[in-house]
Amino acid sequence: MALAIKLDSKAPSGPLESRWTRHKDSLKLVSPANKRKYTILVVGTGLAGASAAASLAELGYNVKSFCIHDSPRRAHSIAAQGGINAAKNYRNDGDSVWRLFFDTIKGGDYRARESNVYRLAELSVNIIDQCVAQGVPFAREYGGLLDTRSFGGALVERTFYARGQTGQQLLLGAYSAMMRQVDAGRITLYPRREMLDLVVINGQARGIVCRNLITGELEAYAGDAVVLCTGGYGNIYFHTTYGRSSNATAIWRCHKRGALFANPCFTQIHPTCIPITGTYQSKLTLMSESLRNDGRVWVPKKKGDTRPPTEIPEDERDYFLERKYPTYGNLTPRDIASRAVKAVCDEGRGVGPTGRAVYLDFSDAIREKGIDYIKEQYGNLFEMYQHITGEDPYKVPMRIYPAVHYTMGGLWVDYNLMSTIPGLFVLGEANFSDHGANRLGASALMQGLADGYFIIPYTIGDYFANTTLPKVSTEHSAFKDSLAEVQRFLTRLLSIKGTKTTLEFHRELGMILWDYVGMSRNAQGLQIAIEKIRQLREEFWNDLKVHGDANTLNKNLEMAGRVADFLELAELMAIDALHREESCGAHFREEYQTPEGEALRNDEKFCYVAAWEYTGDLSKPELHKEPLVFEFVKPTVRSYK
Amino acid sequence: MSKKMTLHLRIWRQPGPNAPGKFVTYTIRDVSPDMSLLELLDVLNEELIKKGEPPVEFDSDCREGICGTCGFLVNGVAHGPKRGRTACQQYLRDFKDGETITLEPFRAKAFPVIKDLVVDRSAFDRIMAAGGYISVNTGSAPDANSIPIPKEIAEQAFDAAVCIGCGACVAACPNASASLFVSAKIAHLALLPQGQPERVRRVLRMVEQMDKEGFGDCSNHGECEAVCPKNISIKHIALMRREYLRALWSL
Ligand SMILES: Cc1cc2nc3c(=O)[nH]c(=O)nc-3n(C[C@H](O)[C@H](O)[C@H](O)COP(=O)(O)OP(=O)(O)OC[C@H]3O[C@@H](n4cnc5c(N)ncnc54)[C@H](O)[C@@H]3O)c2cc1C
Ligand code: FES
Repeated sequence: MALAIKLDSKAPSGPLESRWTRHKDSLKLVSPANKRKYTILVVGTGLAGASAAASLAELGYNVKSFCIHDSPRRAHSIAAQGGINAAKNYRNDGDSVWRLFFDTIKGGDYRARESNVYRLAELSVNIIDQCVAQGVPFAREYGGLLDTRSFGGALVERTFYARGQTGQQLLLGAYSAMMRQVDAGRITLYPRREMLDLVVINGQARGIVCRNLITGELEAYAGDAVVLCTGGYGNIYFHTTYGRSSNATAIWRCHKRGALFANPCFTQIHPTCIPITGTYQSKLTLMSESLRNDGRVWVPKKKGDTRPPTEIPEDERDYFLERKYPTYGNLTPRDIASRAVKAVCDEGRGVGPTGRAVYLDFSDAIREKGIDYIKEQYGNLFEMYQHITGEDPYKVPMRIYPAVHYTMGGLWVDYNLMSTIPGLFVLGEANFSDHGANRLGASALMQGLADGYFIIPYTIGDYFANTTLPKVSTEHSAFKDSLAEVQRFLTRLLSIKGTKTTLEFHRELGMILWDYVGMSRNAQGLQIAIEKIRQLREEFWNDLKVHGDANTLNKNLEMAGRVADFLELAELMAIDALHREESCGAHFREEYQTPEGEALRNDEKFCYVAAWEYTGDLSKPELHKEPLVFEFVKPTVRSYK
Repeated sequence: MSKKMTLHLRIWRQPGPNAPGKFVTYTIRDVSPDMSLLELLDVLNEELIKKGEPPVEFDSDCREGICGTCGFLVNGVAHGPKRGRTACQQYLRDFKDGETITLEPFRAKAFPVIKDLVVDRSAFDRIMAAGGYISVNTGSAPDANSIPIPKEIAEQAFDAAVCIGCGACVAACPNASASLFVSAKIAHLALLPQGQPERVRRVLRMVEQMDKEGFGDCSNHGECEAVCPKNISIKHIALMRREYLRALWSL
């Protein structure tokens, strides 16, 4: 039942610099007295959700805030380490809004909307102001002013940071703004709730159904709009840098209710993570990109060289990133760095017990800048590395390998951040909006906060002012239907009583995706992946074993529901990857590469956003294309040499 | 490859908030010392599910020591034997082969048990709502560099701001006091120029809420500092006391 969807990005036209200002001026407003009549359901409390909830409540809206965690402060944004970009040009090193815009568009390999990305760059400056005013303790110089450092894909130092825990400090800032509104009675918190369905009435998003994770009860909430800020779906790969509860469930259920899913195959694999050591391992830990400011990446020149790193002389080392990309060196963007790491390991020059790792070496920086400097910059990361591996990175180089880290794909949204379901807005990593086919480091925090602090407060008002919203309550039959459907889903999971656990299915799915829909892809592999995913899904619904009941805290049941959704989304990712017969950013199709092995885009055929519609048949999604028009930058071959 | 280990886990099992609980011991063989303690619980849970027994409920999310979701007592110590780390950062290499490890939930009146090792720490959110913020509406901030802050001050504020809200300080305190948690936020904001306008109100309200939640008083045992996974210093509690007295005087 394909819908007659016409994708209208609502992106303004005219001069780029004034697009957002003109757009804001054209938006309708809701009067202060009327704002409290609107109830907004904000799902998720990461940077996107917390900043949105706080800002909307400050305006006077009545906000209900939901999260899976036991406190809003624990959303996975907390784990972001390295920093946040902003075009402040405090360093006088040639940065500007234009340059941040340009770097982001180029970094995304020309698969993002110019209007959105320019707005993001523009708002980046306000974010830093806002956070400092909240008391976020960014790193400072001796003069008392803010310090910055470099991140990948940029030749300027525009990344603001708070030691190695920038995400934590930014999230605690947004959380505190939120808690102030809780105190003011304008936000009601609903922690330990998992959204399991979206309720659509007369074509408008009017509510959600959640499971209370403590009591197991299903709960319905009605509202005038739903703002989805539920983060990325990268956990689909099993071994990732995400937190345990990161999931695709909220966006996937919205997709099944009519929201288009854009570019699902664009997933970021981060080059510097602590390698896998065993099958029991539950997650991979990131070593921030900021480390590449001072760490040098290398492998031995010789294959199978098993000498300890300190015994390999300088001229027998291959600093392959510096060699291949002299201009950007160790700070080449993530997609390129990850592929380069994979390539040297495929050649047999990888190090460590598994041969799937390269060195990230700080000895030169320690010699030149002193150990205290390194401690101050990266102390907590070095400590984390030591806790996990038992090795001291001040003495021996770190061993690192790429891991799944971020999803550029997500629900399709227009310039107002509204999905194809009116009244359903999607913010942060959950949407697809600004990073094209590859996200630059330190840009996700920026996007989440731009969406929540500075965009949604404007665009949601315009939606309310232009929309008739009949009163609905949870007594409406649509809520009853949704509750019954979710109940059936949970009962079904519990009644299979098979032999394989959720974890086993999840691990198997992750392996399929990593092998065939991972760092490099090809048509044949993708077809195999689709077959395998279908089989695994079938097996899941026949042989799953979940323990216990639905009417109590049951984390195993929660995970089972998430894995059920991953098994569906996985097929869409493979279908999307198969259809995109080009290489761009993180999507590397082996059939399409330059003689040097770099990504080969096909702008003639694929310069569009692939937005998929759920048709009722998981294997036959319908493709809608939003053409990408480049008026201000000319797509060229992305070079970091 | 390092040698495999056998471990016995003596775990507090409690099916619900009002149900009685008891310790149950499980043995897990052939595990790698490079495994984390929570991964050991994952392995145990897989075995239990396969056997048709209820898995052990415990909270965790980031599994890298930053979100503050995990936390229980390991052999009586909040988060476990290695200091300055969370439960998710404890590795089996720091236990002895054949050892019996006792796991039980954080015990405090203000942290009721929900199930097994999972407790309710929402009291912390309510304390934060009482004043753990600087009132600045979105959009009204001046340029970030218009308020220079000496590096030492910024660093001191940071040392307090690193709190992850895990609740270990409460669990370790003989009085179940939340003073380290509350003082960390008060110190973070009181040290910064942005925090000055609300300094008095903040400390009064947060302390009042802390008392209301049923946390005990601080009597300087210092157990909180010893278990804090972020090494937050007890000196912040002294600062909080000064702030509190100063606030009372200023009324
Ligand atoms: C280890 C790590 C380091 C990173 N470092 C950086 C960095 O240095 N710079 C940078 O720019 N980016 C970084 N990133 C990326 C960045 O942190 C994330 O993209 C960003 O924080 C996502 O924010 P979010 O608000 O969209 O989602 P999240 O912070 O993931 O929040 C999701 C929220 O949704 C809730 N939720 C999810 N599903 C449901 C549901 N079904 N029902 C109810 N609630 C739900 C969760 O409880 C949570 O509150 C890093 C990411 C990782 C994993
Ligand atoms: S799980 Fe996040 S701190 Fe342990």
